[in-house]
Amino acid sequence: MKNLEDLKKQIREALPELDVVIGWTDSFDPLHATPHFIRREEDIDKLKVDALCVHNLATYLPSLKGKKVGIVVKGCDSRSVVELLQENLIKREDVTIFGFGCDGVVDQTKIRRIIGDVGNVEACTLDDKEIKVTASGTEHKLALDEVLSDKCKTCRYPNAVLSDQFAGEEIKATASFEDGYKDVEEFEAKSTEEKFSYWLGEMDRCIRCYACRNACPMCVCRDHCVAQSRDPHWLSQEAHVRDKWMFQVIHAYHLAGRCTECGECQRACPVDIPILLFKKKFNKEIKDVFDYEAGLDPEATPPLQTFKIDEAKIKERDW
Amino acid sequence: MPVLEGKELRIVGFLCNWCSYGGADTAGVGRFEQPTDLRVIKVPCSGRIDPLFIVKTLMSGADGVLVSGCHPNDCHYAEGNFYARRRLEMLKRFIPMLGIDPNRFDYTWVSASEGQRWQEVVTKFTEQIHKLGPAQKIEGADAEETLKLMEASL
Repeated sequence: MKNLEDLKKQIREALPELDVVIGWTDSFDPLHATPHFIRREEDIDKLKVDALCVHNLATYLPSLKGKKVGIVVKGCDSRSVVELLQENLIKREDVTIFGFGCDGVVDQTKIRRIIGDVGNVEACTLDDKEIKVTASGTEHKLALDEVLSDKCKTCRYPNAVLSDQFAGEEIKATASFEDGYKDVEEFEAKSTEEKFSYWLGEMDRCIRCYACRNACPMCVCRDHCVAQSRDPHWLSQEAHVRDKWMFQVIHAYHLAGRCTECGECQRACPVDIPILLFKKKFNKEIKDVFDYEAGLDPEATPPLQTFKIDEAKIKERDW
Repeated sequence: MPVLEGKELRIVGFLCNWCSYGGADTAGVGRFEQPTDLRVIKVPCSGRIDPLFIVKTLMSGADGVLVSGCHPNDCHYAEGNFYARRRLEMLKRFIPMLGIDPNRFDYTWVSASEGQRWQEVVTKFTEQIHKLGPAQKIEGADAEETLKLMEASL
């Protein structure tokens, strides 16, 4: 990131007033970043912001309620913060948002598919166009375009939509709403049977680790998640595809009108099930019916928590 | 009923206590002839229906799900069905994504006095489900297919 020093300066100025600032730093290997909790002045120097900083740090905010927290956000992450504010899960006066214009982040799955073995990465350097990875003694040059996350290719909000401090220049978004939902349309074009057997196969691979839920900034029930509750008993302990599939539908429905499409669920999935498709489908329909997008306005009401007496876009069936 | 073995499909109806359940009762009292595939679950209000009830029902092997509540503006709890309408409409648009035919689910409004309408709704909906036939059951995935997908993802 070009304006990292600006960002560090902003954090340094704000830190005395804050309990913690959440950002990213180097991880166990050069190919990964990890969330970084800045509590002292010297932690600031370890901060890094680049295309490897995939995590949506807003996920931590509800559990830090009551503390004064600073958070570094990409455009998509800032929408999650807005959504949390909207739902009163965090207080505006408790969070200090450090925004910046994001050029996009990488998809580790894509990198792994190209390189093969990523168990032993020795070096990784990034520039605007290219990422060079040295793994097990061989150097791989990958075009950034090739390994950029899908969500970033059709990003409409690269800049933080809400921020107290903004580092650097704003980035111009070029994608349209429709661009972002081409994958959904493509999937929808398949036949009913095809879709059914596709999910049957995909969901069967789920190991029910709930990483998708834990990474999701909007999954705020935590210990009270219906997936593990006995009363109501929505899901059994059985490792049956029906339960796994059902869980994903529960996740998607509980996010209807709330999902900000940060893609954390799919990124966190250890077996790469394309679960973001479900959430995108809901968002597409919600935009169509209610002309609403989550995470843009802290004052808005989510469409499924309100109603209109005459719904303009809902055509009820006439028997 | 053994007589109907194989001829009947499994349709689940979620009916609100105040209007549609009453409407179904009216149809019964009026001795209107109805198909027998529908099994009714009475709920306090259509607003009580979590759309996930419907998904769970379909995934557990039902061939069709019908939801019926009070007409908009006539909800016993004033606004329950307005919320329901939004949720159910979203579900209706979402289920094709799962590979479930959207015609397996419908929602409508029937008041307690509309016995005739109830008969019509049930008859048409049952016909619609029979046209689609039994739903694909979630028995478990094809092991080979899963293996292929797993290999592709590695």
